[in-house]
Formats: sequence, C-alpha cells, structure tokens
Amino acid sequence: MNTNMAVCIAVIAKENYPLYIRSVPTQNELKFHYTVHTSLDVVEEKISAVGKALGDQRELYLGLLYPTEDYKVYGYVTNSKVKFVIVVDSSNTSLRDNEIRSMFRKLHNSFTDVMCNPFHNPGDTIQSKAFDGIVSGMMVQTA
Amino acid sequence: MESLTLSDVEQKYYSDLFVYCDTDNTKKVASNGRVLDLFRAAQLPSEVVLQITELCGATRLGHFGRSQFYIALKLIAIAQSGLPLRVESLNSVKDLPLPRFVVGKNEAEARHAALYQDPDSQGLYPAPGTAVIPRPPGRGHQNKKGHPSSTSLPVHEVIQPLATTIESQPEPTSPVVSPHQSPPTSPHSWRKHKRQHSGGNAERQPVVAATGAVWTQFREPQTGPVAGDGMWPSHSPPLPGQESWVSFTADTPPSSTLPAMHPSSVQESTTIRTVASAATTNEIQRQSSTYDDPWKITDEQRQYYINQFKTIQPDLTGFIPGSAAKEFFTKSKLPILELSHIWELSDFDKDGALTLDEFCAAFHLVVARKNGYDLPEKLPESLMPKLIDLDDSAEVPEQTADVGYSASPVEVTPNKSPSMPSLNQAWPEMNQSNEDTAIVHPVPIRMTPSKIHMQEMELKRTGSDHNHPTSPLLAKPPELSEEAKLPASMKFVAANTVGDGYSSSDSFTSDQEPITRQRSQSGTSPEALKVVAPPPPPPRPHPSHSRSSSLDMNRTFAATSATGQPQPSTIAYPPAVPPRPLPTQTSVPLTGHRVEAESIPGGGAVLTTTSPQQIPQQPNFADFSQFQAFAASEQPSSLPEVDKHIEPGQGDKPSEGAGPLRTVKSDGQADERPSATVNSGAKGSSGPLAPPPKPVRRRLKSEDELRPEDEQHGPQKSNVIAAVLATQPSIPRSVGKDKKAIQASIRRNKETNTVLARLNSELQQQLKDLLEERISLEVQLEQLRPFSHL
Repeated sequence: MNTNMAVCIAVIAKENYPLYIRSVPTQNELKFHYTVHTSLDVVEEKISAVGKALGDQRELYLGLLYPTEDYKVYGYVTNSKVKFVIVVDSSNTSLRDNEIRSMFRKLHNSFTDVMCNPFHNPGDTIQSKAFDGIVSGMMVQTA
Repeated sequence: MESLTLSDVEQKYYSDLFVYCDTDNTKKVASNGRVLDLFRAAQLPSEVVLQITELCGATRLGHFGRSQFYIALKLIAIAQSGLPLRVESLNSVKDLPLPRFVVGKNEAEARHAALYQDPDSQGLYPAPGTAVIPRPPGRGHQNKKGHPSSTSLPVHEVIQPLATTIESQPEPTSPVVSPHQSPPTSPHSWRKHKRQHSGGNAERQPVVAATGAVWTQFREPQTGPVAGDGMWPSHSPPLPGQESWVSFTADTPPSSTLPAMHPSSVQESTTIRTVASAATTNEIQRQSSTYDDPWKITDEQRQYYINQFKTIQPDLTGFIPGSAAKEFFTKSKLPILELSHIWELSDFDKDGALTLDEFCAAFHLVVARKNGYDLPEKLPESLMPKLIDLDDSAEVPEQTADVGYSASPVEVTPNKSPSMPSLNQAWPEMNQSNEDTAIVHPVPIRMTPSKIHMQEMELKRTGSDHNHPTSPLLAKPPELSEEAKLPASMKFVAANTVGDGYSSSDSFTSDQEPITRQRSQSGTSPEALKVVAPPPPPPRPHPSHSRSSSLDMNRTFAATSATGQPQPSTIAYPPAVPPRPLPTQTSVPLTGHRVEAESIPGGGAVLTTTSPQQIPQQPNFADFSQFQAFAASEQPSSLPEVDKHIEPGQGDKPSEGAGPLRTVKSDGQADERPSATVNSGAKGSSGPLAPPPKPVRRRLKSEDELRPEDEQHGPQKSNVIAAVLATQPSIPRSVGKDKKAIQASIRRNKETNTVLARLNSELQQQLKDLLEERISLEVQLEQLRPFSHL
C-alpha cells in the first residue's frame, strides 16, 4: 500500500541502551526518546510474561505495548534480547497489525545484515547506510 | 569563463595538474587541500592567490572547474613572472612560463624551481621533482618514451621516491609506469583532436584531445574520439573521455595499488597509490573496460584479487570468513565506517562471508576508495557477484524450504539461511531471464510444498490472521458470480499481498506477485488457482479459525519467526483459494476452453481443437481435465507416475492433477498420454490447473514447457500427438496454418490476458478496500479491548 508511517524507530540493545534511534525530526525528539525508554518497561514485562512458552517459541512480536492519546508504541524483541520499538501516530488508523509486523520483520532482517558485517562490533551504534535506508522507508515521509 | 588559449605544453601541464587536484574525480575541484596546496606551492602572496581565485571565477562558482583551474594556473604563471594580474593578460601574454609550484619542504626543489625559471623552457614542469620531471616535455615535444617517471605531476617530492618505487616494482606497477610515458604523446594528438572537436572552450579541446590522444595511444579499447568531447564537467555530461579519465584513474590506481594492498607494503603502497593516482591521471589507461564503467575490474586486477584471496582461502570456491576479511581489509587503513559500508555492498548474500566474487568486489571498492573514489550507494553492476553459483545454492533451499525460494529478498525471515538471499537474487534473475518458462516452473515448485504444508498447517493450527483475509474472501467467492470467482482467486493473491504481516504470506505474496506481474498477469489466476487447487480441504478449516486471529497469528508468526519458515502462513493462504478456481475455471472468458474442460472424455479432441498447436493443446487438455476431475472429485489423489514427471516437490498438486487426469485417462483416449504429459507439463508450468486462461497462457508457454517435457514424454507425446491429430480433423489452426493459428491464438491469449488483468486489478482493489474495512474494524475492536491479546 503506502509506506508505513512510523514516527519513531528505535533499536535497543540487550542492556537497554539504544543502538539506533531515529524519529521524525520535526517533532520533539526527546519526547520520543522518553517514550521509547518507558516502553522498555512494558517490553520487559512482556518478555517475562511470555515465559509460558519457555522462550522457545516466545513470540518475537510483542504487539501494541501501550497506547497514548497521541501515538501507539509497538514492540518486538529478538532472541538475543535486542528490542525494536516502533512508535506510530495514533491518527494513523490505516496501519494494521500486519503492517507493523512486516515493519518489524524488515527491521530484523536489516539488523541481521548489520550484525553480519564483520566491521560492526556488537554493541556499537548502528551506522549502516542500508539500515538507515530501510528505516527511512518506514518513517513518515516528511519534507 | 574567459576563453583561454593555452599552448600545448601548458595544456598538458594544466590538465595534469587538474587531474592531480581532482581527487574526487568529479571533474571539478573544490577548494580543497590539493588546490590550495598547489597554489601555496606557487609561492605567491596570499592576496595574489585570492585575487587569482576571484579572477578565474572559482569564488563565483564555489569550486574550481576545469576552466577555472586552468585560468588560475595561467594567472599563477602570470603572477610568477611578475606581470600584473588581469584577465586580458590571460591570452595576451606569450611565452609565459608554466606556473611553478614548489613544495615547501624541499629547498633543493625550490632551488630547482629557480633553475627552471627561464621562460624559454616552456614545457618546464616544476623543478622540484627533477628526477621526476623529464626534460623532454620542456622541449615542447613529447617524447613518448621520454620519461619513465611521472612527468605531468606538479612537484611533489613524494613523487620522486614514489616514482622510483613505482618503477622498482615492475610487476604490478608496470601498468603504472607505462602510463607515465603516455603524456608526452599527447601533444601530438592535440592538434589533431583540436580540429575534431568543435565549440567549447579552446582549453577544453586541447585537454580533451590530450586525453583522447593518451587514451587512443595506449588503451586498446579506446574511448577514442569520444575522449575529445565531454571532458568538461560543467558543460557536458561525462562523456567517455571523462569516463576514461575517471576510469583510468580508477583503473591504474587499482593496478598500481595492487602492490599497495599487499600487506607487506601497505604504507608504501599508500603513498604510491596516491602518487600513482595523481601521476597517472593523464596516463593512458591500461585496461580498457573501465572506459564506460569505472567499476569494472580489469583482468589484471582480478588476478591480483584472486591471488590475495588465495592467501586467505586457498580454495577459490570457498568462503572467506568475516573475521579474516575484516583483518585483511583493515590493513588498507580505511576508516572502519567505510569498510563497513564496503562490506555491506559487497557481501551480496549477506552471509557474513565473502566468496571470490564478493571478495573481488570488496577489494575493488577498497582500492577505488583509496584512490579517492566515493563509495557508491549500491553495488555497481559490474561488481555484482555472478548469480550462477547462487542458482546452485538455490536448489537446495528449494527443496528444503520452498519458503526460501518463495521468500522475497526483503522479506527473508530473520532466520534466513545464506542460500535464501541467493535464492532471492537468483529468483528475480530466473524470472526475468526466462519469462514464461522460468516463471512457470518456479511457481509450481514453490506452491506445492507450501500447499502441502498449508494443508498440514491448516489441520494443525487454527487459522492465522492472514487466513482471515482469505476466509472472508473464501466466503465471498461462493457468493460471487462465476466471473468474479476467478478474480476472487486473484483477490486471494492480492490478499496475500495485503497480508504483509505474515512472513510466509509475504514471501508467498511477493513471490506470486512479481511472478504474476512478470507473466503479464496471465499467470495470476493460474498461479492462484494452482495454489488453490491442490488443497481444497484445507480452506474449509480456515474459516473456523477466523477469529482467534491474533492468537493464531501470533502463534503462526512466532512459529514463523522462530523457525524462519514462512511456510505455515504461506500455506494458510493457498488453501483459501481452491474453491474459487473451480467455478472460476468455468467462468473464465475462455469459454471454449471451459467447454473443453468439461468435456473431458471428448475433450481431447475439443481441447486440442482450441489450441493452435498440438502440443499446447495437450497441456490445455490436461488443465481442463484436471480441473474437471478435480472439481468432480475434489480429492487429491496421488499419482506416482505423474509425479515423476513433475518437478520434485510437487506432491499434492501433481497428484491431484494426476487423479483427474487419470480419470480422464481411464476414458481410454489417446489423450491420456497427452494429458499425462500435459499434466506434468502443466505442473511444470505453474498452475496448469488454472481455468481457461491458463490454457491460454499455457499455450504461450506450452512450447517452452513442453519442450523440456518432450524429452521426457517424447514417445508418449508423439503417440498422443499423432492420436490427437488423428482425432481432430477439424482443428482450425493446427493443420497447415500453424503459424497463423499460433499467432492468432497468441493474440487471443493476450487479449484474454489483458481482460483478466483488468479484472484482476479491479478485484484486487475491491479486496483492498474490504481488507481495509476489516482492519479498521479490528482496530476498533482492539482499542476497545486493548490488552485482550496479552
């Protein structure tokens, strides 16, 4: 359909520090940083809550973490406890769960590519142009 | 820009300088270090330099174009000779000595510069590199073999040792050395080329001519006359001349950097490389190919890369692991960020290891980067690893997980295997290369296993979300008119598209869609139908799971992502469609075919009648009979013999087809054989089960498909053909007017295709709308129960 309109996309490392965070610049970036940070709590809660599947088949896609009146936050965690967080505008009702999942999948793939790069040290911030491109494709297209 | 007439010597000198300064090879020199250094080396007071800059227009432009640069150089010469700086003096001053540039550090060189002050020596290059600067240029005649060392370069003491170094390393550097000799020749050709090129700056022409001459003389695959033209960055698009220059720089430096890359001489080679690039800017390119493609790897370079590859990995077909590659390329002293980017570009299959091709590409990029080339955003065509080896690896995933095959390049699950990306790469290749045949074949293979899986999945799991989209669609088809049914199947395909959230469906969709598109939509319905047809039972269970969507999907998704097997979700999709094709088949505009399908017993003849060719008819016949039988039985039957013909992996589908075919066969017609053949052929051709359009499409492809199958079923076919021919006396086109018939049928098929395509698009649009509605409803529901999914 159309490019998914995320307002902010973040990749957080296992130790809960950001590997990559990018938001639509026109808006208050700090707000998104804060949002992502607080969403980590929800992520942690979900990770531990899904222990029923014994982590084996733990769902990677966490779904909507929490909605606010302005936006919705979706979470996704990899098997190595790297978390992806996508913040979308609440007014963007056309965004479906499927699309969010596909966004996460793309992110995960791109992230894997970055990790495969021997010149990238795990724990470094992500500085891959390909990854940037993927993220840009998912962000709200601003002028 | 004021026109500037330069003498030949000046021309050459300036062009050399320009190339030297043009580190970015953009044909315009920003006010970067080199230019400033150069101007500083001119030993002029800074105000004079500033004035010169203004006069030449660089300040106006913000950078030094070639013309500005030349004007600046001339002004420098003027200033150095003590004349007042004036634009008019550019052309009026005769016998102006070349501008002199002195490297500050070397006093001796400065002294040499002083020695060379005398205005008579026109062709005098800056003295500093006396050893470097050959006399002959001063004579105004460029002796081709005159100077072994870089003559053209402005003085840089570095050049001297480097030049010697260069010469001392003959084997990889030999290319570097020889180019040095090229500049001298340029003047000769200048005049010649001057006349060739019209208009433009007088400067340009000589420059172009020079380069052109240089190229022509030394480079085999010469850009030739072209070189004359587009050297001017600001005036014309980068014509071959420019390209040659650029590529030349790229090429020679890479060659010259061959030794550079050698771990043992990294430092030295770095300098050599830099100098070489500067020195050889004017040099003739040794290799030809870069003329039009600066990224092409020359044979020599490739050989060098291969040798380097061997030092790390003796097996040329093996991989270099990432860590080893990292060490190796770190030696090139490029910043890690750039190396990282190079890796991203060159590791084509994203497996963390480099094949020989990938290694060569990476090496080439490193070399280019070392020489000042900017890294491209995407891997240049010439550097792309050949996909041939990918095809081999493609086979493996094909069997193991057709998902891999069907997975789109983008949608590869996180668990992707190395072969999958290659598959993805190979997949578009295959599709593009061999339209019908390629498309047809892959589709069946892919579909069948997934269908099987789908069936399993269907039975095991509750429907996933993407089933939901299909289930409403499924529900709809029965309600839809017959005509709509076919579109419904297409809708199914569209639904696949829509259901992006499902990995398997993604791959499924993406696979189908491109394939579909490539087939000019002829394959859409067949594909969908084909997918659909095999597992009729599964669709039924789907609707039952419709609403536990999130959970199901989660599970499916989890399974998918966990296992990296999109199959389950993919499977979910196809089953939904099956019911539709059946009715659709009949409803398809190709009534004739439908009739054929329905009248299987007698259909042999009929079917064959409709198809222009005997052979195509067979598949058509098979299609119809399959559908017919399938519709009748709706029970997939296993037909081992048919399976044999079908590509591996097509379990259910072929069997299903075989079943109906078998029933048809049982009729005891000669068509049995053809049908079997056709069946296999049909199978081979993605979705023979498609309704009438399929036969149409099949006809187009049948030739291709049947050809491979002909080998298998040669004798059978011949028998069948004979039988068919015998039984179909009234075949409109088959006898005697094959060609026309074929063309007519092709036309008809195309018309049908377009009609179906339109229908498809409309239905897809409808589907999208409906899906959106559904999604919005779901969203609302979700909002009402925000944490219901927890």
